[in-house]
Amino acid sequence: MTTSNHKAPFPWHILFFLAPGLLIYVSISVYPLLDTLWLGFFEEDESGQRFFSGLKNYQTLLFDAVWSEPFWNALWNNTKFFIVHMLVQNPIGLMLAVLLSSPRLQWSNSYRTLIFMPTMLSVVIIGFVWQLLLSPIWGISENFLYDIGLGEYFDAWLGNEGTALTTLSLISVWQFVGIPMMLIYASLLNIPDELIDASVVDGSSAWQTFWNIKLPLILPTIGMVSILTFVANFNAFELIYAVKGALAGPNFSTDIMGTLFYRTFFGFQLQSGSITMGAAVATLMFLIILIGVAIYLFLVQRRMQRFQL
Amino acid sequence: MLNQMTIPQKLSIKHGSGKKVMMHGVLMIYTFIALFPIFVIIINAFKTRKAIFKDPLALPTPDTFSMVGFEQVLLRSEFELFFANSMVVTLLSLFFVLLLGAMVAFALTEYKFRGNLFIAILFAMGIMIPIRLGTVSILNLMSNLNLVNTLTALVLVYIAQGLPLAVYILSEFIRQIPKELKEAARCDNVSEYKIFFTIVLPLIRPALATVAVFTMIPIWNDLWFPLILAPGEGNQTITLGVQQFIGQYVTDWNSVLAALTLAIVPVLVLYLIFSRQLIRGLTSGAVK
Repeated sequence: MTTSNHKAPFPWHILFFLAPGLLIYVSISVYPLLDTLWLGFFEEDESGQRFFSGLKNYQTLLFDAVWSEPFWNALWNNTKFFIVHMLVQNPIGLMLAVLLSSPRLQWSNSYRTLIFMPTMLSVVIIGFVWQLLLSPIWGISENFLYDIGLGEYFDAWLGNEGTALTTLSLISVWQFVGIPMMLIYASLLNIPDELIDASVVDGSSAWQTFWNIKLPLILPTIGMVSILTFVANFNAFELIYAVKGALAGPNFSTDIMGTLFYRTFFGFQLQSGSITMGAAVATLMFLIILIGVAIYLFLVQRRMQRFQL
Repeated sequence: MLNQMTIPQKLSIKHGSGKKVMMHGVLMIYTFIALFPIFVIIINAFKTRKAIFKDPLALPTPDTFSMVGFEQVLLRSEFELFFANSMVVTLLSLFFVLLLGAMVAFALTEYKFRGNLFIAILFAMGIMIPIRLGTVSILNLMSNLNLVNTLTALVLVYIAQGLPLAVYILSEFIRQIPKELKEAARCDNVSEYKIFFTIVLPLIRPALATVAVFTMIPIWNDLWFPLILAPGEGNQTITLGVQQFIGQYVTDWNSVLAALTLAIVPVLVLYLIFSRQLIRGLTSGAVK
């Protein structure tokens, strides 16, 4: 018996099941992450010799004007990127989920399948698709806006310093709205019918039922959607890189942590790359994500448990 | 079940059909918003350059039909090769994520041993912490192993990337397998290996399918690791290949549209075939 293996021979079968997966995971995911955190404390001279320098990289990143300006810019842009997702993607996802979960709605499956479709495609491909659609050269969006009487509002949104980041955020929202929709939809389906029935029998309107019964019950899911959005946003890179390149133009107005990390690590144009500085940026990204996850786990989830059945 | 049938009926009578129409209206508008951009790209890929600019929203007609973009893409890039690379990388990674993930999940849920909880937490952390953050050291490691610019490097990274979620979901399912099945086999002196491969693995097939879909999509769509670990010399995946091709031929609208279409259509076809499976996985609570 496996449970009584105290005096039994060495449990080779456990090793057999565990070792291959654990080995790959530890050596290619856990170790590199720890090694990156460690590398952030080092510096490299011209000959490639590494030496320990404590927190100097972080001091440079956070306070030295040449480095800190791009860093704070990227962090602030990334925060805006996240805020747009929270304010647009998740409410739309919630609304679609509520509509889809209404009982006996025809074609519900088809709507779900079709609305989720863009989520399946590569971020890179989506970036190019929208770059073409918003291009003033092709003029397809411009004509469309003229057709619905809003033509004068058209601008080269992706090219303007003031609008590029918001436009890219909305493209990302357009692509990923399917994820909150699906997850919230699933949690709406899990609400016991008796609760809804009781509320209806008590004479609540559909809106009251949603606000007083359904919303509190799906709050844990909304919390989970938020943290998934947070991690994905502060780890994003592809969309900006595909549409704007590693320089995240115009004038770094679309630079986020992912593109900053890429440029710091590999270098770009005049700036040469630095392994140790790249590791420092990655460490800061790790800390940001860790703080987000910690807030979620300790604060949000604990408070939400009150509402759970 | 009975409640479900009667109460909503009452609801729909009370609120009339106006509300239903409005709901369909909103959903249709959003479906349109979701699909229209993709539709525009695909129809224009089959048109002449002149027609693309003259009337972007028109369907290709015999007059405006043209495959010149596709010819250019196939001529000027090794598109078939990129496609094959993506296939190889995705399928190999997928196979190992499923096999090794199921094995780890089985070991962690079935046996009590020292370090069990620690290993389980280690894997759970990988669900939230993106593997990308270790890129600096991964590149170091791969160049030490002489694996830079090989598909092997990508497969290894993707296995490590896919394992945490696979272990998590599969553990949930393996836990639900009745103990009696395994104990009966053990009484018959069936080996632990045989129990896993002939009893457990077939029973978790539906879960494996769910994990497969979740694992496959990010791998197929990834740009970051191909860009860093296998950027050239015929080792590009389709996502990277398309990105490089478009960067190079950005002014050739026919080619760009054709390249995008070639990247989109296979995914959409696969999606429509497997959407039922995927949506069931997403909504069954397997990822809660």
